[in-house]
Amino acid sequence: MTPKEKIARRVACDLHDGDVVNLGIGLPTMVADYVPDGVDITLQSENGILGLGPLASKDIANKHLVNSGGQCVTVLPGASYFDSAFSFVIIRGGHVDMTVLGALQVDSHGNLASHIVPGKMVSGMGGAMDLVAGSKKVIVAMTHTAKDGSPKILDNIVFPTTAIHAVDKIVTELAVIEVTDNGLVLKEIAEGVSLDEVISKTKAPLKVAKDLKTF
Amino acid sequence: MKIVSIEDAIANINDGATVMIGGFFACGTPDPLIDALIEKGVKDLTIICDDTDTPTTSIGKLIANDQVKKVITSHIGRNPLSGQKMQDGTMEVELCPQGTLAERIRSGGAGLGGVLTPTGVGTEVAKGKQVLNIDGKDYLLEKPLRADFALIGATIADEKGNLYFAATTRNFNTIMATAADIVIASTELIVPIGGIQPEHVAVPYIFVDYLVGGGK
Repeated sequence: MTPKEKIARRVACDLHDGDVVNLGIGLPTMVADYVPDGVDITLQSENGILGLGPLASKDIANKHLVNSGGQCVTVLPGASYFDSAFSFVIIRGGHVDMTVLGALQVDSHGNLASHIVPGKMVSGMGGAMDLVAGSKKVIVAMTHTAKDGSPKILDNIVFPTTAIHAVDKIVTELAVIEVTDNGLVLKEIAEGVSLDEVISKTKAPLKVAKDLKTF
Repeated sequence: MKIVSIEDAIANINDGATVMIGGFFACGTPDPLIDALIEKGVKDLTIICDDTDTPTTSIGKLIANDQVKKVITSHIGRNPLSGQKMQDGTMEVELCPQGTLAERIRSGGAGLGGVLTPTGVGTEVAKGKQVLNIDGKDYLLEKPLRADFALIGATIADEKGNLYFAATTRNFNTIMATAADIVIASTELIVPIGGIQPEHVAVPYIFVDYLVGGGK
């Protein structure tokens, strides 16, 4: 199992039957592959779908039916379509139970940076700012450190802010960390990973839960 | 409402115009109208759109052809040219959260003075904007957006100008059709009046000024 698959599988454990869920582009999308048995969720796509299904194979791809990443998709029975204003009524209005998105940096206060690397990459926030503002629960699913090894979990984010006090939980290939009013709490550690490794790769104060679990 | 040729439809879009363009990436974009703007070569456009797609597709082609002075959009990540032009100052990019963009357009078309949204509080999006505290929670005042023209990508239109949108092509199209002085819809098919069931009409004909496509 790759680190990303491991992250996706762990995030999926937090899904509840009946949840309305928005999964960001990339790693978060993989969460849909690990929905536990007996749990029925409804996927929302911000371009205007409730009831998103798997990606469409080439022979059934329909250019009129895409997900928020612009990929041709399918929908499940009972799905619905709507315009962007209504889509964000769902998102901003608190009708999404959980949002899973990637991040460039997250900090001790639950602040999130996900849309600009100064001087390098500007992608724009898309629907991310609205999703984190309106969803009942926000999970960041990301690798623990950047490709060059630099830390992504910080005491204070450095990159431009996408949202303040927005993140509830961080799931990486090494750890599950909860954002609380008293800072970050390490709740779970990946099997075979040492506490020292997690602490050394996290540039923020980390409280270790008394009942630290492995996943 | 008039059914016209593509050339006639865009005849009055000139240099410096503000144009809303519907679509989400290349889904539901009015591509024939975009191609016509490229052929006409109008410059210094201000474009309001969900995203700038890629340098070789839909709205991205206008940017690659140096026809855009400013873009108000939520996402430029698929189009490195947009980022490059933003960094070197040859195109102004106003990044707007997607839900806020939708509400600004909706309020522009709905006669509202703007919307109050929690999205963007405490971020650079809030810069220069009024923050109002309503019942203990902070909101940004986001002002309405309107345009000289809106270009709409419909799937089916009837001869009166009622528009139907397949699957996820509604996106920004329906709200943009309410928020511009002149609304031009391109459609894949034009059917006789009554060919679209009333409950399937997403944009009523009163919003549409010019209709192109469907082989006419």
